[in-house]
Amino acid sequence: MNISGHDFIMGMSAIGAGIAMISGLGTGIGQGGAAGAAAAAVGRNPGAKSAVTSTMLLGQAVAETTGLYGFAVAIILLFVKPLG
Amino acid sequence: MTFVSASEDAEFMIKFLEDHKFFGSIVHFTTTHVAMLIVTLTVIVLAVCANIAIRRELKRQKAGIYQKPGAFLNVIELAVEFLDNMVVGNMGKHAKTYRNYILSIFVFVILCNISGIFGLRAPTADYGVTLCLGLGTFILIHASGIRKNKLGHFGALFQPIFLLFPINVISEVATPMSLSLRLFGNIMAGTVMMGLWYGLMPIFAKIGIPAFLHMYLDLFSGVIQTYVFCMLSMTFIEDKIHDEE
Repeated sequence: MNISGHDFIMGMSAIGAGIAMISGLGTGIGQGGAAGAAAAAVGRNPGAKSAVTSTMLLGQAVAETTGLYGFAVAIILLFVKPLG
Repeated sequence: MTFVSASEDAEFMIKFLEDHKFFGSIVHFTTTHVAMLIVTLTVIVLAVCANIAIRRELKRQKAGIYQKPGAFLNVIELAVEFLDNMVVGNMGKHAKTYRNYILSIFVFVILCNISGIFGLRAPTADYGVTLCLGLGTFILIHASGIRKNKLGHFGALFQPIFLLFPINVISEVATPMSLSLRLFGNIMAGTVMMGLWYGLMPIFAKIGIPAFLHMYLDLFSGVIQTYVFCMLSMTFIEDKIHDEE
């Protein structure tokens, strides 16, 4: 099997995109923690449900940022092909 | 050996429809422009219809005829009341200055995000669109900061000590970047998922199942991201103009 330099770079880009998506791990843990804490807060004080929900969404959105940076890197590696 | 080629079977990237020469550089007319034109026309038609309905209702009330409002007027009232409560709940007494901007951004972005279920390629899955929205918020943040604090607005960059100036500048510049990347990333992820599903799945998986995917990726995620975009815009603006005492 013949692998040219271009093919090698494309394959490595795909591996790099896969590795970049590991950033989703931290995002998932963070968002899950926020949702769990919000559920506990609503259980303790059901009257504050709407305030807790909007605060949770805001926190989750900020926690999502790093995961989206990883996603942007993966998309750039796969489709913009900056390396070759 | 045969590979599934994602770039040929699955279609989710921006397509160039027409090329134009413009001052020596080539300007592409893309699917984003088409979808955005459709969304803008929808917003305009919706606004004109709402305006006509409200004027008619006011004229009726002035003439002394009180009857229950129609379905369209009810929906408009519901939407405006929800958005208004959102702005007032976040910005308090500053709400009257910013409610127009937040409401227009909300309506535009929500229609852009859910245009995926109408067969368009969502305009917010193009970084050029979301960056402009983020820059709009960026300009508004600093314009209101300068209007409130005059030159003291830039003095805040040297807080708490002089040495932190570079870090403060970076955090200010990162605001529109993270705002726009968040919206772009979420909607792009939905677009990629739908493109892969429609492109690579066997035919029997394309019947019925995509409805649920559309519901989550286009509707749910789109609405949540719109809400988050507006909430974060309001939070950043409020951060610059809130009273110290």
